[in-house]
Amino acid sequence: MADQKFEYLLRLADTAMVLSQRLSEWCGKGPALEEDMALTNVALDLIGQARFWYTYAGEIEGKGRDEDKLAYLRDAHDFRNLLLVEQPNGTYADTLARQFYFDVWHFLLLRELAASKDERIAGIAGKSIKEVAYHVRRSSDLIVRLGDGTEQSHRMMQQALDDLWMYTGEMFKADAVEQAMAEQGIGPDLASLRAPWLKHVSEVFEEATLKLPPVDAWMQKGGKQGVHTEHLGYLLAEMQFLQRAYPGASW
Amino acid sequence: MNATESAVTQQVWQWLHEVGDPEIPVISVVDLGIVRDVTMAGDGECVVTITPTYSGCPAMLVIAAAIGEALQKNGVERYRIETRLWPAWTTDWMSEDGKRKLKEYGIAPPVGRAVQHQVIDISALSRRRNAEPAIECPRCGSFNTRQSSEFGSTSCKSLHVCNDCHEPFDYFKCH
Repeated sequence: MADQKFEYLLRLADTAMVLSQRLSEWCGKGPALEEDMALTNVALDLIGQARFWYTYAGEIEGKGRDEDKLAYLRDAHDFRNLLLVEQPNGTYADTLARQFYFDVWHFLLLRELAASKDERIAGIAGKSIKEVAYHVRRSSDLIVRLGDGTEQSHRMMQQALDDLWMYTGEMFKADAVEQAMAEQGIGPDLASLRAPWLKHVSEVFEEATLKLPPVDAWMQKGGKQGVHTEHLGYLLAEMQFLQRAYPGASW
Repeated sequence: MNATESAVTQQVWQWLHEVGDPEIPVISVVDLGIVRDVTMAGDGECVVTITPTYSGCPAMLVIAAAIGEALQKNGVERYRIETRLWPAWTTDWMSEDGKRKLKEYGIAPPVGRAVQHQVIDISALSRRRNAEPAIECPRCGSFNTRQSSEFGSTSCKSLHVCNDCHEPFDYFKCH
């Protein structure tokens, strides 16, 4: 049981960590100063949240691994993040599409986790959701601005949303770990998040004059079980380099 | 709590009032609502409980160190600084004095109460935004201002511009 909770917490931690790392790659390269600051601030919120999840995961595991050991000293197949968040930044439309799909789901997930029977999880979620409410508002806004913008921004936004669509299914597909957490009242029934997610996404798309990709499309899966796309290894190589080259290095 | 202990914790609160926020030095960590509790443990250890403003706020380490320094400087030998996440920090805990100091420093203080901002229905997000209160320019006092960036120099602030005096300013977001 402790093993399953550890797995569950790792998914939350890794997902926040990997997306934070992706967003940090934009630092100093954003298309406008305001966007640069926004992405790095969102990255900062996510890394803070990841630290809370990692610390708790390490305590549950009970093998003396702290947040740094968990983040820096595991290989790609040990990471449990969603496939969606490891996808490359691509164009700015790709980055925003990834963020939008994730933010809406993240908000809905945290709202459920804030009522978790595990008080520590409820506390972390209750803190995080205030930040994520701001994220989802911003990413929803930008989808509308670019979707209902110029011909080019509309085309690029639609393309990015279509391309990443196949990575959204995993967010709602529970495996044995998530089912066990739901049965114990620790986490939500993931499938139940799909209807409110689709509702918000559809509303934003409509306002943005964008088309919702087919809801019954084939979906990728595997991130939560450690089967990743080829992109994660490169991301970790950069993120973990220092600790791998100089083990135990600290400020 | 006995009278002596109460006197000691009150003294500690006084000292913490002198500890400035590392990013906004005019306001103390007590004014910001970061210090949640001061107690004396059974063995005479002083326990200061703090809460982070935002999850990733990089100032928290510096704040904990500054609190430790203030305690040491005043002769407190045995102390412990604990972090508490829940209830989550809110700008509702900022003191009126703190808000006044922020404004004098050139940062517009948070408007309204955060509890009213609790988002229940995700589809109401954009409607809610349209109902947001106007932010007063800390420089000229005009309410004719606009937001220029949702994020600013720190997690807790956004950037705004006054349409009357044309000066940009930071706003401490209601959170």
